[in-house]
Amino acid sequence: MAEQTTGTLKVKTGFAEMLKGGVIMDVVTPEQAKIAEDAGAVSVMALERVPADIRAQGGVARMSDPAMIEGIIDAVSIPVMAKCRIGHFVEAQVLESLGVDFIDESEVLTQADDQYHVNKWDFTVPFVCGARNLEEALRRIAEGAAMIRTKGEPGTGNVIEAVRHMRTVTSEISYVKGLRKEQLYTAAKDLQAPYELVAWVAEHGCLPVVNFSAGGIATPADAALMMQLGCDGVFVGSGIFKSGDPAKRARAIVEATTNYDDPDTIARVSRDLGEPMVGIEIGDIPETERMAFRGN
Amino acid sequence: MEVGVLALQGAFREHRQMLHTLGTEAPLVRWPQDLEGLDGLIVPGGESTTIAKLLTIHELYAPIRKAYADGLAVFGTCAGAIMLAREIEDAREDQEPLALMDVRIRRNAYGRQIDSFETTVPFDGIEGGVKGVFIRAPRFENLSDEVEILSQTEDGEALAVRQGRALAVAFHPELTDDTRVHEYFLQQIVGH
Repeated sequence: MAEQTTGTLKVKTGFAEMLKGGVIMDVVTPEQAKIAEDAGAVSVMALERVPADIRAQGGVARMSDPAMIEGIIDAVSIPVMAKCRIGHFVEAQVLESLGVDFIDESEVLTQADDQYHVNKWDFTVPFVCGARNLEEALRRIAEGAAMIRTKGEPGTGNVIEAVRHMRTVTSEISYVKGLRKEQLYTAAKDLQAPYELVAWVAEHGCLPVVNFSAGGIATPADAALMMQLGCDGVFVGSGIFKSGDPAKRARAIVEATTNYDDPDTIARVSRDLGEPMVGIEIGDIPETERMAFRGN
Repeated sequence: MEVGVLALQGAFREHRQMLHTLGTEAPLVRWPQDLEGLDGLIVPGGESTTIAKLLTIHELYAPIRKAYADGLAVFGTCAGAIMLAREIEDAREDQEPLALMDVRIRRNAYGRQIDSFETTVPFDGIEGGVKGVFIRAPRFENLSDEVEILSQTEDGEALAVRQGRALAVAFHPELTDDTRVHEYFLQQIVGH
């Protein structure tokens, strides 16, 4: 074959395109990874504690044990993602050396750097990063993120923040799209994002990379809601394995994500799913414990 | 000429965009009744494990095989190519292929995502070849004599194959702005 180039932007963003219309599930053991694969997950996120437990137990949340991540890589044939702390480029280096398929530089873990994110251009492996709004999304893309996920509020089983962030990104894109060229320079300054990316969004009316929704999705209807609001796919963290019947709920969320615009299918798959995870009212979480506020 | 795109999971919008550029309508196919009246069907890239699950849930295996037997042309890229093969290696035991082509295919044959790459590959009848974007790409093995190789490496490794009305490509022409592989499908297979 002619010369082969790895780690290109096309190869990174193209991989994210292949995940579209799919569900990425948080798993903490190889057994859970198999249940997720069996249910039709497009990928699994290997981590030691799901966000609901990180929230409940407190303490510093770090990258998972490499042995645990390798156990999950060996258990399934679908792609495996893993999380590093925001700004912790050595955790990212370790995850790349383990062969994970995507790194999530995630606000679910404790921040390692409150000023800088990882320079993701340095890596062959692609990165996904969280964003609450267009400016955060464009800053992460400027740093080399190949995929964005709106943050929501992880570990709550409450979809309100996921909805808020998705709507915010969508309405900011419409706003930018409506601007004249001379206004875009000021918009870039206001958004604190590179002019080239702002101009790209204005021309195309969407983000330049795939955008999934995350942080509070607990039911098939939640997943379909986020899809109808315009995301490309969903991350489900605590929502599956903190529920009564994870296998059944996982499969139902997969079906609802594919058939997000078909209420009959969503009704059928939502029947008899057992107990959902217990949710948390966002107002009951102190501001200092809101994961979505980490890393802007 | 009506060519649909299987829209269960994966990069189906990119294929649809390609077909729109070439002046074809490209309806999305999710359920058996969506196959009615189609001359061609594209099975897109995505996660083949997931696509196989959803083909079962949506009861599409038998209708696609019947439509193919009745004259439907099919085109699979990456995960789509995996689904068209007779036999899949390195997959879950319960991953059933559509089995429309006499090839064996190996999932993730080039390694994990860090091994994904882009390059230029030759393609029969396309001058200068095409850009090949290989993402956790599969590899064709054990081709029967009925299978024609349209693209291969210097070492003779097949990258795109055709058998009658079925076309399978290990890479992703839909992620580029080069429409010539899609044109080949429309003109040489669907339109014939």
